[in-house]
Amino acid sequence: MNKLMPAPLLSAFLLLIWLLLFNSLSAGVVLLGVVFSLLIPILLRPAWPHFAEVKKPHLAVIYFFILLFDIVVANFKVAALILGSRKSIKPAFFVYPLDMKEELPVTILASTITLTPGTVSCEITRGRKGILIHAFSEDDPEQVINTIRHRYERRLKEIFEC
Amino acid sequence: METLNALPVWSQWLIGFFILLGSVFAFIGSLGLALLPDFFTRLHAPTKNTTLGIGGIVIASIIATSVQGSVTLSELLIAIFLFLTAPISAHIMAKAALHTELKMFSRTRDYRQKGDAYEHEKAD
Repeated sequence: MNKLMPAPLLSAFLLLIWLLLFNSLSAGVVLLGVVFSLLIPILLRPAWPHFAEVKKPHLAVIYFFILLFDIVVANFKVAALILGSRKSIKPAFFVYPLDMKEELPVTILASTITLTPGTVSCEITRGRKGILIHAFSEDDPEQVINTIRHRYERRLKEIFEC
Repeated sequence: METLNALPVWSQWLIGFFILLGSVFAFIGSLGLALLPDFFTRLHAPTKNTTLGIGGIVIASIIATSVQGSVTLSELLIAIFLFLTAPISAHIMAKAALHTELKMFSRTRDYRQKGDAYEHEKAD
C-alpha cells in the first residue's frame, strides 16, 4: 500500500493473534499490539520485498468458508476410507498445471489441496509450473484437476487479481 | 469434575458431543497413520483428520470456559496454527519422501512425466 503500512491485512492478522494470546482488551495490551503489528511489517519489508495484495477481501472471506466446509467433508471422506476396505485405496501421482505464478496464492492453493478431500500436495514442479499431487483414491486425475481449477484456483485468482 | 457438574445440562451435552466428535476423528487419524499401506497414503490421515479432531476439542473448550462466564477465544489460536502448519509439514515430508524414493503402494498409478520433478542424480 504505502511506506507506513506495507501490508494492512498482515497487520490486522498480527493484532488479532496478539489479542487472542493475551485474551484481554485492556488499553495497554491493545496499544502495544497496535505498535507491534505496525512495526513488524515495516521491519520485514527488506527481507520480503513483495507482499501479495488481497484485492478483494470479501471474496477471501467466502473462500475461507468454502474451505472450512470442504475440510469438514474431507474429514468424513478420509475417515470412511481409513475404516473401509483396503481394496478401495487406489493412489495416484499427477501434476496439476498451475495457472498463476505469485508466491502467496500458490502457497494457499497448495495448502488448500492438502486440506481438502483425498489429495496432498507433494512438490512444486520445476519453474513453478505445477503442483505434484498425491491422491488417495482417485480413478480420474482429470476430474480432480477440473475441481481444483474451478473451485479454488479461479477464486484465488480473483482474490489476488493475478 | 465438580466445576463441570455445576454447568447447565444443555452445555454439558454440547461439550460432551464436541469432545467425543474430536476424539473419534483424532483416533481415526491415528489409526490411519498406523494401518495404511505406504508413506504417501499415511500422510493423508493426520493432515485431514487431526484438523477436525483438534477442532472439536477446541470448540468444546471454548464452550466450557464461556459458559463459566469468562469468554476466552485463545483456543482458536491452536486451530489457526494447526491449519497453517499441517499442510506445510505434510508438504515437506512428502518432498523428502519423493527425494529418498520411498517405496510406493503397489496399486499407485504414476502420471508424472520426466522433467516434472527435481530429479537427483542416481549414484551407483
